[in-house]
Amino acid sequence: MDNLLLMLAPLFSSKLLLVLFFGTLFGLILGVLPGLGPTTGGALILPFTMTLDPLSAIVLLTSIYCAGTYGGAITAVLINTPGTPAAAATCLDGYPLAQKGEAGRALGMATVSSTVGGIFSVVILVFFAPILAQLAYEFGQPEYFALAIFGLTMLASIGEGSPIKNLIAGAFGILISTVGKDFMTSIDRFTFGINELTEGIGFIPVVVGLFAMSEMLTQSTLINQVFNRIALKAIKLPSKDDYKKTWKTILRSSGIGSFIGVLPAEGGTVASLIGYSEAKRFSKNPEEFGKGSIEGIAGAEAANNAATGGAMVPTLALGIPGSATTAVILTGLIIHGVRPGPDLFREQPDFLYGIFGAMLIANILFFIFGFFGAKIFARITLVPNKILWPMIFAVSVCGTYSLNQSIIDVWIMLFFGVLGFFMRRYGFSVVPVIIGLILGELVEGTLRQSLVIFDGNWLMFFTRPIALTFFILSLIALAFPLIRSSKLKKK
Amino acid sequence: MKNVQKSKRANQSLPFFFKDEFKVSFVIIFISLILLLTTFTFDIVPPILNRGIQPATFPKALLILIIAMTLIVYYLSIKNPWKIEKKLPRSFFLTLFSFILFVIVSKTLDFFLAISALSIFVAYYWGEKRLFYLLLVGIIFPIIVFVFFETILGLRFPPGIITNIYYS
Repeated sequence: MDNLLLMLAPLFSSKLLLVLFFGTLFGLILGVLPGLGPTTGGALILPFTMTLDPLSAIVLLTSIYCAGTYGGAITAVLINTPGTPAAAATCLDGYPLAQKGEAGRALGMATVSSTVGGIFSVVILVFFAPILAQLAYEFGQPEYFALAIFGLTMLASIGEGSPIKNLIAGAFGILISTVGKDFMTSIDRFTFGINELTEGIGFIPVVVGLFAMSEMLTQSTLINQVFNRIALKAIKLPSKDDYKKTWKTILRSSGIGSFIGVLPAEGGTVASLIGYSEAKRFSKNPEEFGKGSIEGIAGAEAANNAATGGAMVPTLALGIPGSATTAVILTGLIIHGVRPGPDLFREQPDFLYGIFGAMLIANILFFIFGFFGAKIFARITLVPNKILWPMIFAVSVCGTYSLNQSIIDVWIMLFFGVLGFFMRRYGFSVVPVIIGLILGELVEGTLRQSLVIFDGNWLMFFTRPIALTFFILSLIALAFPLIRSSKLKKK
Repeated sequence: MKNVQKSKRANQSLPFFFKDEFKVSFVIIFISLILLLTTFTFDIVPPILNRGIQPATFPKALLILIIAMTLIVYYLSIKNPWKIEKKLPRSFFLTLFSFILFVIVSKTLDFFLAISALSIFVAYYWGEKRLFYLLLVGIIFPIIVFVFFETILGLRFPPGIITNIYYS
């Protein structure tokens, strides 16, 4: 009962409500704009959060996360381009349905299923995050090391790119985290005599570079591309018939999305793909998929929004990001002096339940904004890239500079922009770099501290049941893509 | 699908050193080897102070892992070649050049001027010829961003021709 009251606290704070309002609005705009999205938007807004108290800052970031994930559906349905990677599966049926003159119906289903998925995942978050945090009390350095390794091996199956390329990108992310003074011995590593690098490479320049600047370079190759935007008259709530057809799919995808979200490093993109394929598998009319199936939209959208709450579970309970955007939220927590993990649940329940409550309200808010404002948000896609991207560049540069007031950070951002462009061009996803960078310090730190505890005996890792379980799960995570691809070949 | 198969066939006919998979693998391995050599220059902690492993051991292990995985990627690409990417258009190189221009101008002249120059340059080469919109992205918007960061976040931008005038 006390926790429920704590969850409702944002409703009684005008400041938090205002933050939620703007966060949801901003998230929707970011979600609608192809190439941006909640990860880039969260990274860009991070410097601004310094003017806010920790709760407001994280509420702002989480509302951007929830609304941004939904916003991608608007572009997916109307211009057949996912506003966010998590909305890629929505294009498959959203756009064909819109082409049949039913854009309002498609968006109505996307809005309802996103909201249900989002709210479902917040319930999962409220119940499971404290349980996971309680379990984490049993974790020592070796267990955290094994858990971080599990998180990294999960990169093999994040959906974008080949598994080995994802692992290379993840290892590269960890390598970036080793730049600067070694935290145990203060010895310089990869600083090349540049003083600014002794503090290491910041998270924000890398994220903004890999996401926003690399996207700007990608857009520079598409300046002659013309999008066919389907006109939207009004968004329509699903009919009784649609509800009858889809309620099972929505619930199933909500469960799938929440589960996938909880797995370290996975996120909305994988969740929506699995939610979509499971919707097809269980459907009475699988032949309609890809031609404008309302179940396809429901399956993909419920799953990707359900992943938002799921991804917050390991982020808050263990300090392991559940997705690229939660990696940004994790950075926000650290910047504001909040250390995620079991102690957070014991010492600051008001803070945590405030976040849970804010996520719940954000899901309701984007339903209202989406339902009444989808037509206006759809118009945002009309802003030409030649105007939009120079503006994003200005904000990216100032935002990156502002955190440490360092021009080197801006150059690092541009370097990662170019690198990110070529990575994507040759099939390397940039998401593992971010996850690797966030987990790098944890991996190295826990490994070295464990070896001190074990007196240098590596085999001791396998004598601890929880650590051993995570290592076995890591092997399964590595083997899974191989099994999946051999199965596909057989088919 | 047909296009992918076509471009894969086209890729197979190229000498190996012209193929993307070779070039990409070579660059990754080459840079990794340089970084691996760099790790041998890291200071070594005397045994009495060393707890666990040496500071160079972890990056060394990572780099060896990256090299090994890149070799696997290359090996797999021999059986299953990558599709040939389209040639990059002129607008890409101009945008890339604008990044370099930004670094030079921000280092030598002024941070704000660099943002302004890049914005106008990119907008113009991406097809925006209307003066009002060029002024909007190149001057009006950067001023708004500049003032916003300066007043809300209390940010002090690096000195330069224009920022010095503003701060004085």
